[in-house]
Amino acid sequence: MTEDWVLYEVFIRSRSGLEHKHVGSLHAADARMALEHARDTYTRRQEGVSIWVVRSSDIVASDPQEAEALFDPARDKVYRHPTFYAIPEDVKNL
Amino acid sequence: MSATADDLTAQAGPQERFEYVLRLADTSLIAGQRLAALLGHAPALEEDLALGNIALDLIGQARLLLALAGRIEARGRDEDALAFLRDAQEFRNVSLVEQPNGDFAQTIVRQCLLDAWQLEMYESLAGSRDLQLADIAQKAVKECRYHWRFSAGWLVRLGDGTDESRARVRSALDTLWRFTDELLTPDVLDARMAVCGIGPAPVLIRERWQTRVRATLAEGGLEWPRHQHYRWHGKRGEHTEHLGHLLAEMQALPRAYPGVTW
Repeated sequence: MTEDWVLYEVFIRSRSGLEHKHVGSLHAADARMALEHARDTYTRRQEGVSIWVVRSSDIVASDPQEAEALFDPARDKVYRHPTFYAIPEDVKNL
Repeated sequence: MSATADDLTAQAGPQERFEYVLRLADTSLIAGQRLAALLGHAPALEEDLALGNIALDLIGQARLLLALAGRIEARGRDEDALAFLRDAQEFRNVSLVEQPNGDFAQTIVRQCLLDAWQLEMYESLAGSRDLQLADIAQKAVKECRYHWRFSAGWLVRLGDGTDESRARVRSALDTLWRFTDELLTPDVLDARMAVCGIGPAPVLIRERWQTRVRATLAEGGLEWPRHQHYRWHGKRGEHTEHLGHLLAEMQALPRAYPGVTW
């Protein structure tokens, strides 16, 4: 049966104001079923307030072989880190 | 019936209220037990979780309702005593829910016909004059909305699927349709509860159920099955042969080891 089902990636927003985070993947026959499966698989313990599902095949991913070219050049540019800002105490989730 | 106007407007008595709440409680309990038996056997892992979640919702509803029934009865029976220490003829669930799981199509059709009914019932009961019942209904209606979304989605998918899925769902509808008349046909108690402001007007439930189910069958390209008059009266304790077997399994442990905990 699951041979007819395609893979979906699941993203859950745990609280209002936060971003959706990737939590895993599942199989489903269509988008509606994917949303229901995501609800039943990943939000049983009140993990979320919003769900996105995306067909895994629709995700364009970077090639691990290109990792050096893509990511290594950032390594020696510490000045890009905003470490010199003081973060006010009442700012959460930054 | 030779009831006077005074009788009709009177408060519902404890025995009537007990019977009425038991119908709702037992329907949820038996439906939950049926679905729970599928754990580990659903066609896909994701469906296993979905059916298990629905089973837990239903058993949760049953616990609240049985506890309420026990308080109304006031004879010291709690939810466990009512669930595990009554025999088949004391159960008041509608006959639909005790029908076997069969194949996946039969499980889905049974669930779908039930969900449409429970959804309309709990939506109305949320405004019941019995405030404890209204509280339970307000919680249950959210669960039922999801159950309906799930089972109706599957009914359409199976009806609109392959030749095999269509044949199976049609066969399930033919098998189970005869039990829908019991859901929609009020008896004296249903009418009494409506008059007392505790239960919904049965005619309203019938209309809404039919509208809901008709639209979903049409979406799945399925015909409205031929009307079959009901001969079963589960809500009066006259059950099909299947309930006894289900209870034998469900009640074996607490009866063999009274008061056991784990």
